[in-house]
Formats: sequence, C-alpha cells, structure tokens
Amino acid sequence: MKRLLIWAPLALFALVFALVAGGLIKPADRTIHSAMVGKPLPALTMKPLLASKPGIDSAALKGKPRLLNVFASWCIPCIAEAPQLLKLKQAGVEIDAIAIRDTPEAVQAFLQRNGDPYARIGDDPTGKAQIALGSSGVPETFLIDDQGRIIDQHIGDIRADDIPAILAKLEAAK
Amino acid sequence: MIAEAGLAALWLATGFALVQVMLAWGAAKGALQGTGAAVMTALRRVAVVQGVLALAAFGLLIALFVLSDMSVELVVENSHSMKPLIYKIAGAWGNHEGSMLLWVTVLATAGAGVALFEKRLATATLAATLGAQAAIAIGFYAFLAFASNPFVRVSPAPLDGRGLNPLLQDPGLAFHPPTLYLGYVGLSVAFSFAVGALLMRDVGPAFARAMRPWVLAAWIFLTIGITAGSYWAYYELGWGGWWFWDPVENASLMPWLAATALLHSVTVLATRDGLRAWTVMLAVVAFSMSMIGTFLVRSGILVSVHAFAVDPTRGGFILALLGLYIGGALALFGARIGTVKQGATFELVSREGALVLNNLLLSVILGVVFIGTLYPLVAQAAGVQLSIGAPFFEKAAVPVGLALVAATAAGPLLKWRRDQWKTLFGKLLAPVGVGVIAFALVLALGGAHWMPSLALGLAAMLAVASVIPLFRRNLRRTPLHIYGMVTAHLGIAVSIAGMAADGAFKVERLAAISVGQNVTVGPYRVALLEVRPAVGPNWSALEAHLKATRGDDTPIDLFPQQRFFANPPTNTNEAAIATLLDGQLYTVIGQGDGAGRWQIRAWWKPFVTLIWAGGFLIALGGLLSLVGRVRRERRDAENDA
Repeated sequence: MKRLLIWAPLALFALVFALVAGGLIKPADRTIHSAMVGKPLPALTMKPLLASKPGIDSAALKGKPRLLNVFASWCIPCIAEAPQLLKLKQAGVEIDAIAIRDTPEAVQAFLQRNGDPYARIGDDPTGKAQIALGSSGVPETFLIDDQGRIIDQHIGDIRADDIPAILAKLEAAK
Repeated sequence: MIAEAGLAALWLATGFALVQVMLAWGAAKGALQGTGAAVMTALRRVAVVQGVLALAAFGLLIALFVLSDMSVELVVENSHSMKPLIYKIAGAWGNHEGSMLLWVTVLATAGAGVALFEKRLATATLAATLGAQAAIAIGFYAFLAFASNPFVRVSPAPLDGRGLNPLLQDPGLAFHPPTLYLGYVGLSVAFSFAVGALLMRDVGPAFARAMRPWVLAAWIFLTIGITAGSYWAYYELGWGGWWFWDPVENASLMPWLAATALLHSVTVLATRDGLRAWTVMLAVVAFSMSMIGTFLVRSGILVSVHAFAVDPTRGGFILALLGLYIGGALALFGARIGTVKQGATFELVSREGALVLNNLLLSVILGVVFIGTLYPLVAQAAGVQLSIGAPFFEKAAVPVGLALVAATAAGPLLKWRRDQWKTLFGKLLAPVGVGVIAFALVLALGGAHWMPSLALGLAAMLAVASVIPLFRRNLRRTPLHIYGMVTAHLGIAVSIAGMAADGAFKVERLAAISVGQNVTVGPYRVALLEVRPAVGPNWSALEAHLKATRGDDTPIDLFPQQRFFANPPTNTNEAAIATLLDGQLYTVIGQGDGAGRWQIRAWWKPFVTLIWAGGFLIALGGLLSLVGRVRRERRDAENDA
C-alpha cells in the first residue's frame, strides 16, 4: 500500500503528461459546425435580390446535389473565393446563394467585378436566414444533397485545393 | 552589438550552468568524504557568475528596447519609438521570448542567491541543490537558444516597430509579470532543495529551516503578483470583475496554493521534525505547478483571454523539459522517500493536526483548480469541446475555501503536539460569537444570499481569532514571525470579507443615456455632463464627464475613456473608478448610438477594495515572518559560532 502511494504522484504526472502531449499533437478543432448538418434544409423563402435571378425557396432546392453559398458584397474573403466558385460552376455544379445584409446595386457591382457563379440569389437583409442555417459568418458554403438535406458545411472561403473534395462529396450525394 | 552581446551572455551562462552541474557532483561527493571544500567554493562562485550572466543578458534586452533598436525582431514586433519610456522597458517582458528570458534570469539569480547566502545547510545537500538548480537552468537556456531566441535580428530593419498591445500599456503591467515570475520561479529553489535533500538523504529540520526563507520570499512575490494582477484586470479590462478563473489566472493560483501549503508544512518539519515526506512532495509539486503553468500559458494549448501565440514546437519543447524535470523529481521521490525515516508523530488535536488539515484543504482546492483547468483537454481527447467557467470553480472550491477559513481561525490557537478539544472550544468562543453575530446581522439586513453571508461571518470570526495569539503576551518580546502570522491571517479575513461583500451587495447598471440624463446605481446618481475628445502621448480618446452624487456629499467627477491607439490600431476601455471608504464606484463608457445617446455601464461595489488590501496584508505578513526568521537564524548562527 505504502509503496503504491509513493509512486502514485509519478503515475499521476505520467497521466497528465500523456493527456497534455495528446492535446499538443492533435490540437483541438475549434470551429463550431452548424447543428443543421445532417438535417433537411429549414423552410426558407427569400425574395430575389436581383431582377435577373430567382430568389430562394428551400422546398425547390432538390433533385440534384448543389451548393448554397452564404456571401456578401462587403466581404473580402468572398472576393478571394469567387474564382473557385466559378471553377465549380464550370464543373457543372449548381450554386445558389444567400446575400447577407446587402443591396442589389452592390451585389451587381460585385458580380460584374468577380464573376457570377450563381443560379439563384436570395435576399437576407437581416441575417435571419443565415441564423436559421446555423451559419455565423461569410463566406460559408453548405453542401445540399438531392433530397434537400445539408450534408456538409464549409466555413471560410473555398480554396483551390478544397475543390476536389467538394466535387467528390457532391458526386457521392447523388 | 548589444543583441550579439546578449546572445553571447546567454550561451556563456549555459556553459557555466554545465560546469555548475559537474562541480556540484564533485563537491557533493567530496563533502561526503570530508574533502572538497575548494570545489564547493568554486561551485558557489560559478553559480554566482551564471546568475550575473543571465542578468546581463536580460539587461541587454532591456537596453535594446530602451534604444528602440529596430534591427531586432522582438523590438520591432513589440515596441515603437513613440512609446513612453516605462512601456519600452516593460515591452521587454511583454512578449513570449522576453518573458522566457526573464524566467530564466530569475532562475539563475535565485541559484546565485542560494550560493551567496546559504550558510547553514550541510555542504553535500547544498552542492546537490545548486546542481539541481543549474540542471533546470540548462533546459530553459536550451529552450531560449533553440526555440525562443530574443536576440534575432531582422534585415532590412523597418523604420519603426509595431507597438505594444495597448492593454499592456499600463503601469500595473510594468511590474506585474516580474513580480509574478519572482514568485513562480523563486519556488525553483524549494524544488532544488527537495531534490538535493532526496539525493543526499538529508530530509530533516535543518533542510526545512534552510528552505523556509526561500519559500517565504517566493510566496510573498507570488501573493503580491496575484493581488496586483487581479486589480490590474479589474480596472484595465473594464468588466468590473476581479477574478475570472481563466486558465492563465489558474496557472498562477496553483503554485500559490501549493506554496501556501508548503509554507505551513515546512514549519512542522522545521519545528517538530514531522511531515518529512509530505513536505518534500509539496516542494516538488509547488515548482512543478509553476512549470506546468508556464507550459499551459506558453503553448497556447488552452483557450484563454490572455491570448498568447499558439506554437506547438515551443509547447513540445517545454513539455519535454517538464517531463524531464517533474518526472525526474517524482521518480527520485519514489526511489528515495522509502529511506527517509518517519519523523516525529503528533495527536490529532494539535497545532500539527491543524496544519495537516490546512494542507489537506489547500490540496483539495489545488486539485479542484487543476482538474477544472485541464478538464477541457480530457474532454477534447474524448472528442468533446467544452470550457469550464466560474460556476464550476465557485461551486467546488468556495465551500472548501470557507472550511479552510474556519481551520485558519482554529489552528494558531492550538498547542504543538497535543491539545484538548475543550481548551480549543474555550478559546474559540469569542471569535465564533462574533462570527455568528456578523452572519445574523448580514442575513437580517437582507439582500444577501446565504453563502456570501456565511463568508462574511467566517471572515469576522477569523479576524477576531487571528489576533488572539497576541493576547496576554508581552507585545515587545513577541517574535516577529508571530506578528507575521497574525497579519497574514488577518489579511485573509479582510480579503474574504471584500470578496463576499462584492459578491453579495454589488449593483450593476447598464444604460444608454444622452448628455444631461442620469442613471442610478446603488446609492449614487450618475449624471452624464459631456462627451468630448481627449489626447494622450500615443492615443486619442472619447472621454465622458460623469458627476456622481450621493445625498449631500461632495459630488465626484469621473472621466471614463474609450481610447484609440494608432500603433497597433486598437481600442481600449479605460474605466473611471472612484474609491470611497465604503466601496468603489466603477464607470465605463461604451458605444454611442449616433443619435446622441451613450452606453454607460456603472457598478457600485461595496468594500471591494478589501480584496486587494487583504492580499497586500497577507504579503506583508509574509514579509514580517521572513525578516523575523532570517534575523533569528542569523542570531542562532552567531550563537553556534
């Protein structure tokens, strides 16, 4: 008993050491994903932001896998993301969008400068739809399967090396 | 050249530390055979030189900051030529590399101090102690050289630096980290003493008496550092809180808890030759907590408001050092403690018994804080993200803390070795009476939850009990360390009273008001008279002019600010605080709504200043005790000779 007690501090320290080393080797993923991932899209209807494109009715986002991009013309990373979205569009992916707290003029100018990958753009002037999706910033991109379920959420801008993974996930969702 | 000289001093210090370890080996071996006095002299000198070299390196880093040498990366990243001088100096340790250099400097200086002043300890044990201290230093010198070199140059040199985080540009910060580090790292001496005593199988009263002043000194600095840090956070962060149970705060609290326990158990070992193994264990644990704290803060492994850079390489390096030193010391403990004979025994109801209770309760609190701080890592290993906040710590630690307050009241009233329950109850009658009356009064006055009311009652009880040891004594012949104990225990009572009063009776108001309107908080009516621009040496600000009135008292003018710093561009909130006899009025100005209304946040915090007054009293008690102990030791040494 006494022998055990003598070595207990060292054993305890070894435990703490292992724990901390584990935490150091595998740093925590501190991004918080939406609770909506894995669930059907919440019922959302958004008016069209531009006269040239339809708005968003979540009931209609079915039939084939697609991306739902949450963006804003005032968002700098969204500009960095634009070329990747265009490439995804060229690869045949339908991309719908929600414009957060934005105006038609600003979005029009944004699309003229950075290219227009979107099939639909819904107007979310207060950010309510964004909150319903469980998105906390721009840009974010939701992957929707053919049943209208959210299968994944990409937080931050889509980089060039993210494209293959996104295409693969959409392919698998068919 | 200054940066190169600094780096050279560091490498030289590393060399001397290596020599110190080897000499320590020789001196300890020689001392056991009755020879080797010359080696011992050399060892002492080498330890002093190592300390001086580390100090020189740190002094050179400060010189680089004062001269704003923008060819040095650290200066570029953390300073700016337009900064007031005091913050240029403070900038030297307001960053990772500089603070690690300060850490090592304190370590080496403490070792030099032991070499210079320690006269009574057995030569072999002292040699082993100095060897252990140097061995720790080598690891951290290597960390500086390979993972955190503060003297790196940049080419081409930029025209000016990026500035220091404005939150850190405050007189409080200038002295907070150095004080805390003196405490943190000062505990390394206790660790080295424990390792030395284990190596030389010399755990006894002489070792305890030699270790005690060092523990006391480190503990005093730690107490001041924590107290000052708490006040700094309170007025600088503008949240009106004084303790947030943040991982970095906990990292400073854990060594303090262990050191407080050690301070009491070392007294048992020095006076009664009891608690041998336990005291050695605590000495190891106290500094281990310092190192773990350093690691938690520096690796960025835990999320904290004290956002330091996350760096896995550095984290891995410190972790390896931790494994080496803590693991080594605990293994040595396991291997050797069996050979340490059991010391003197004592009855349950005795001064020793009370000190054991103190140690157990402190250890429980330490355990709570340790688990609460590290639990997010456990959860993370299980794939869950969570954070542990104040509710856990308060629920788990506060009741134990209150039990400790009660034990603190009783302990000093007990005789050494053996006492009677009956005598204890007799002595406790008056303090308990006062405590019960205070508790009843607070409850009757209403408004307070029972827990803070109980805390106030216990504080009153402790305040009375703490001065009883002076009762019926010749005050002029009472040893200084008794005064020290009385002052420190009284300080605890004062501090607890402040915490409880703030917890029970504080009033918070948040209002958006226009110029000319009022907001009422506690006994005060606060009027917003004006919002105007203001400028300082390296900031501009929006300043509110508030006038607070209570009854017929002279109105108080308050000027809270929202400051904008240009280098780096940051906003800070400068709270305006009025300190009164019965509390503090704490005001902050927030955003304007553009239509003439301003957010004003105001707190009335009754007796909140007692928290820090108590903290400083505790430290003062430690100081009195230290002076008393050192004087007595010196007298005894003269009598021996």
